[in-house]
Amino acid sequence: MMKKIIFLLLAIGVYVPSMAQQTPASKQTEAITIEGATAHLGNGEVIESSLIMFEDGKLTFVGDSKMRIARKGTIINAEGKHVYPGFIAPGKSLGLVEVDAVRASDDQDEIGDLIPHVRSLVAYNAESKVVESMRPNGVLISQIAPVGGRISGTSSIVQFDAWNWEDAAIKVDDGIHLHWPNTFRRGRWWMGEGRGSKPNEKYAEEIDEVVTFIKNSYAYGKSTPKEVNPAFAAMQGLFDGSQKLYVYADGEKEIIDAINTLKANNIKDIVLVGGYHAYKITDFIKKNNIPVLVQYTHNLPVFDDDDYDLPYKLPKLLVDAGLMVGLQNSDAENFQTRNLAFYAGQIGQQGMDKEIALQLITGNNAKILGIDDSYGTLEVGKSATLFISEGDALDMRTNQLTHAFIDGRNISLETHQTELWKRYMGKYDGK
Amino acid sequence: MKKILFSLCFLWCSALVFSQDYFPKNDGVKATNNNYTAFTNAKIFVTPTQVIQKGTLLIKNGKVVNAGKSVKLPENTVVVDLEGKSIYPSFIDIYSKFGVEQPKRKPGRSRSAQYEAEREGYYWNDHIMPENTAISSFKYDEKAAKELINAGFGAVNSHIHDGIARGTGVLIALNGQGTDANRILDDRSAQYFSLTKSVLKKQSYPTSLMGALALLRQMYSDANWYEQGNADTKDRSLEALIKNKDLVQIFEAKDKGNALRADKIGDAYGIQYTILGGGNEFERIAEIKATNAKYIIPLNFPDAYDVSDPYQADYVSLKDMRFWNQAPTNPKVLADNGVPFSLTAYDLKSMSKFKENLLKAITYGLSKTKALEALTTIPAQILGKSDELGSLTSGAHANFLITSGDIFDKSTILYENWVQGNKNVINNKDTKDIRGDYSIALEGNSYDISITGEISKPKIEVKKDTLKLPSKLSYKNNWVTFSFSTDKGEKNYRMTGAVVADSDNLSGRLILPDGTESFFTATKKSGLAETKKRERNASKAHEIMPVTYPNVGYGYKTKPKQETLLFKNATVWTSEDAGILENTDVLIKNGKITKIGKDLKSAGAKVIDATGKHLTAGIIDEHSHIAALAVNESGHNSSAEVKMEDVVDPEHMGIYHSLAGGVTSLQLLHGSANPIGGRSAILKLKWGEDSDGLIYDNSPKFIKFALGENVKQSNWGSYSRFPQTRMGVEQVFTNYFQRAKEYDAKKKSGEPYRYDEEMEVLAEILNGERFISCHSYVQSEINMMMKVADKFGFRLNTFTHILEGYKVADKMAEHGAGAGTFSDWWAYKYEVNDAIPYNAAIMQSQGITVAINSDDREMIRRLNQEAAKTMKYGGMSELEAWKMVTINPAKLLHIDNRVGSIKEGKDADVVLWSGHPLSVYSKAEKTIIEGAVYFDLEKDKMQREAIKKERSQLVKMMLKEKDSGNKMQGPKQRTKRNFTCESL
Repeated sequence: MMKKIIFLLLAIGVYVPSMAQQTPASKQTEAITIEGATAHLGNGEVIESSLIMFEDGKLTFVGDSKMRIARKGTIINAEGKHVYPGFIAPGKSLGLVEVDAVRASDDQDEIGDLIPHVRSLVAYNAESKVVESMRPNGVLISQIAPVGGRISGTSSIVQFDAWNWEDAAIKVDDGIHLHWPNTFRRGRWWMGEGRGSKPNEKYAEEIDEVVTFIKNSYAYGKSTPKEVNPAFAAMQGLFDGSQKLYVYADGEKEIIDAINTLKANNIKDIVLVGGYHAYKITDFIKKNNIPVLVQYTHNLPVFDDDDYDLPYKLPKLLVDAGLMVGLQNSDAENFQTRNLAFYAGQIGQQGMDKEIALQLITGNNAKILGIDDSYGTLEVGKSATLFISEGDALDMRTNQLTHAFIDGRNISLETHQTELWKRYMGKYDGK
Repeated sequence: MKKILFSLCFLWCSALVFSQDYFPKNDGVKATNNNYTAFTNAKIFVTPTQVIQKGTLLIKNGKVVNAGKSVKLPENTVVVDLEGKSIYPSFIDIYSKFGVEQPKRKPGRSRSAQYEAEREGYYWNDHIMPENTAISSFKYDEKAAKELINAGFGAVNSHIHDGIARGTGVLIALNGQGTDANRILDDRSAQYFSLTKSVLKKQSYPTSLMGALALLRQMYSDANWYEQGNADTKDRSLEALIKNKDLVQIFEAKDKGNALRADKIGDAYGIQYTILGGGNEFERIAEIKATNAKYIIPLNFPDAYDVSDPYQADYVSLKDMRFWNQAPTNPKVLADNGVPFSLTAYDLKSMSKFKENLLKAITYGLSKTKALEALTTIPAQILGKSDELGSLTSGAHANFLITSGDIFDKSTILYENWVQGNKNVINNKDTKDIRGDYSIALEGNSYDISITGEISKPKIEVKKDTLKLPSKLSYKNNWVTFSFSTDKGEKNYRMTGAVVADSDNLSGRLILPDGTESFFTATKKSGLAETKKRERNASKAHEIMPVTYPNVGYGYKTKPKQETLLFKNATVWTSEDAGILENTDVLIKNGKITKIGKDLKSAGAKVIDATGKHLTAGIIDEHSHIAALAVNESGHNSSAEVKMEDVVDPEHMGIYHSLAGGVTSLQLLHGSANPIGGRSAILKLKWGEDSDGLIYDNSPKFIKFALGENVKQSNWGSYSRFPQTRMGVEQVFTNYFQRAKEYDAKKKSGEPYRYDEEMEVLAEILNGERFISCHSYVQSEINMMMKVADKFGFRLNTFTHILEGYKVADKMAEHGAGAGTFSDWWAYKYEVNDAIPYNAAIMQSQGITVAINSDDREMIRRLNQEAAKTMKYGGMSELEAWKMVTINPAKLLHIDNRVGSIKEGKDADVVLWSGHPLSVYSKAEKTIIEGAVYFDLEKDKMQREAIKKERSQLVKMMLKEKDSGNKMQGPKQRTKRNFTCESL
């Protein structure tokens, strides 16, 4: 009996550390100085040999290491290394689902088609092992959005080192996510239609449903209702500009319809998400001053006759046309979000300047999500949310983090995965 | 009067109904008509090539007596003068559903699959029904017969279009006046097969194309075994199959690729199938010709796509647009290449399309002689009925057409279709053609009348100046009756008159609006001029786009050829001990890497300056499902009998996209639905070759195994199949291998044994002749699988996915297993909870040969980057990381003696990269297989331009098609599925 208990205790003793989330780092109490690194500021600029200092979670100095000023607190010599602002991943359901195929672990898709009142933040699991696995790759911030339906719900923006969702929140209820109807629909192959796509006869009808809902929400906001309508009430931030509308659309026609329709219905702040065909109508998007969270690059061409590298170069086509562009991977599985940096690197392959590619997942994403007052770039006064990498963080072979900080807190780069790695290497090495 | 009518009717009947001479007769007296009928002065097509001008056709008792220039007419001959008219043999359709009841799918689907057969005393698979006979459900269908007769058919061959083995057909003469006693020409006319399951039967197996092929192979070998008397149970299916083996064997392929697949089965069992084609044979005409099969070609061409909305037009691929453009040339291309074929109306939505499409095929180059052969002599020949059908030689059935002239001319009128000596009037040949433009003057007003449409069913249009008036017309028995109204229907004029031969005008009785009777004359101004002009427009052929290899966007006009190439001054990643060689030249000749060194020279070589660039071996993906038409045969929990080689899709865009990512070889694996999956195909991505051209010569033999959630069917609602647990998985393997061991022992003992393809394959594993790639996740199952292998004395060659391999790497190394894994996938299902990206590095550190693979249509395009991730996760060196997508997968696939590294003597499968091959910033500039350039950035650029240009040309053509009022189809995007392990 005793033996059994000891064994059990031992087993727990071994397993516990690997099963739990890394303990969140404590508040920054001492100044930190990073010296000698190549600093990629996230706004297109780079400082070859930099000096970066931060205190109380805020950047107090960002400049050249030749600068003759006092180095404060702990000094990290980062010569030959690279410093980046923490990467920002828009439009994900990280922390809302742990294992895709296990229904019990899935909290990302609520019943209903027009449910702006459903809020992601309250279901966000700050202790998710998938969330934790983002950090060693430099992804430190994400917009957490519900998925599915026409209006999926309301997102919030979180940082990835927290005891609970309340602590994680950077911006609560920042936006509403609308999946614009499609002009084409997939064939119902199980009904003998073939697997391809054909025109969606209900396209206009589906738009009308959205418009009717928005118009009703708007009218609702003009009165002081006796009975609360939670869905209409949840939409009000879109009309006063306190919340953004993220509209997911890929086709040329869909994008034009979405922007024209939403603008005509008093939506103040529109962000286009996806935008596969946005490159064909950049003038239109620019004229309407709509930022684009373009789809990630590690994607297939949608049409067989498309350029094989269209998904790779799509962000570049939009940037070259003068649009405000960020990068997201909302269509990918959550775990893939740790590859955000490499999606940006892929654009470098297509001839985009690396600093601009970086900007898409840092400064621009912050600006589009409306958190650029604190995050996204390495600038004095902003949050010290950044990391140090041995090499170019946009390239798989050199993305090697040594340190990462969120609001100046020195966070752990260990994960469930690194612990298993070490445990089993230990086994083989006889440790 | 009544009496006369009755006797007329009687005469009619008695003349036409064949009486059977030994049948008693009680409704009258026996009276046989032994008279002859002669058709004189006609142009007679005795056969498509034997034509008699002004000849005579003599028939008697439903058969042709003679056809010739001067035929002696017996005294008891009824003579029909066909001056100016033509006679053709009636058409034959040998792929019909006529008169045979076709099964319909029952609604409703059961939640769990049905694995067992429903029948007893028949073959173990319900989709094998050679015992079915079309004659047993045959009923002469007057309505359908009329349609066929009107289209010119005299005989059709019908069967039950259901199941994989479908039993025998029935050949019918469309003789409505006869009985089944004479119109059934053959009640076992042919035996039929297809690749499609029965709609009536619910048995799950086969769920895939490769399963259907395997089932056919097993069926034939079981029949041989049964025929030798080895079975101690009764199998009515096999008995029927054996009984039917001397019949004509017809295979429904409906596609060029399936035609080749069917032919291969035929070759293996000494059967030459006649093949129902799909209309796309022209795309692979050389391979089609090489089957030596006769074909039955559906005369069905796609409508143009409605591309008037440019946004919607984006969804139509060049491939589909091109198919619309090229499909009408299919019959011509077959004929030009000497492929014998008959034509069928099979799959036509309406019989009225038949003539339209036939004329279209001729417009697109099919010769009239070949067209006629395809409708007469060839189908007769296919059925072995040349003596009876398809020609007007003596003794043949008197099945013939009387026309106004060339049957392949649009304006030609088909008057009569005689079947077995019985007349069917389609258009009265004595009916005068009244079509044309007339003018008529009534009560001081002049009206224009235009008569169009068919001769016997003309249409009328009456106009006062430009105002169209409501009008009606009927034309029957040489009387024309028409009416029209004016003043918004207030006034109605009615006219009727006999049409006479000697005047082109119409005249007769007129009833005026007030009821007054009078006379009218409509004066003919012209014939059918305007209509003819329109026809000419429609029948003009559009420009035909050239066929490419494959015939899709980015296909090549000519297949890439081997070149002598000299790469100068490259950074060469050898994937060998030599490591990375700076400033090095590589010479490629005759498809091989012939020399590696400095300052190489070779006369005649194309020199490629590779300064600043990197040359590597082509990437090899150990685990892929691109270029496949199916991935899982999930109808059984073991499917070793199926072959991925059977379902290679050489037109899959994934091939081109992978080439653009530097991939040259891959293992096309069966999916993970079953513990024992199917056999692999190992491919070189030779874009442009056919299926067999992609498969490695002397390919190493592989099979897919799978463990865990997929084989347990954990993630979808299926609870009826064994195994449902990892415990059950072990039992499946031990049971099958034990059986295979016993099978092999029996086989080796020389005793008679039932050949079992599945057991043969498992025995190959036991005998060390076939390797295993085993899909696996968690450590318990990995360990279990190795123990099963140890027990039966074989080795697991590769564990694929193997995401917990790092937990048992020591055991795997000891067993001698290799590993193919994802770089960083996890979190998608429960069994990947402990999947870590360090897996590859840990396994490699324990001496395991590790490859990074894709299992994904997107990831395969950038496996170089996935290899680079092993540097991030676990700190692999560049050289070792690179090996994970080149020489290591080559070793795992036992092709490392040919590919996987840059070494003199190896296949010249190389990639030129713009920079460091492991960097996200580099791209493949040239991808070369055996010295032929299959992808080249420059070529790709030209292809993009060419695609744009061709699309715009085709769009223009289709817009024109719409403008001329032709039928269109809505825009569609036909997508191929992107398979993964789990796709069902």
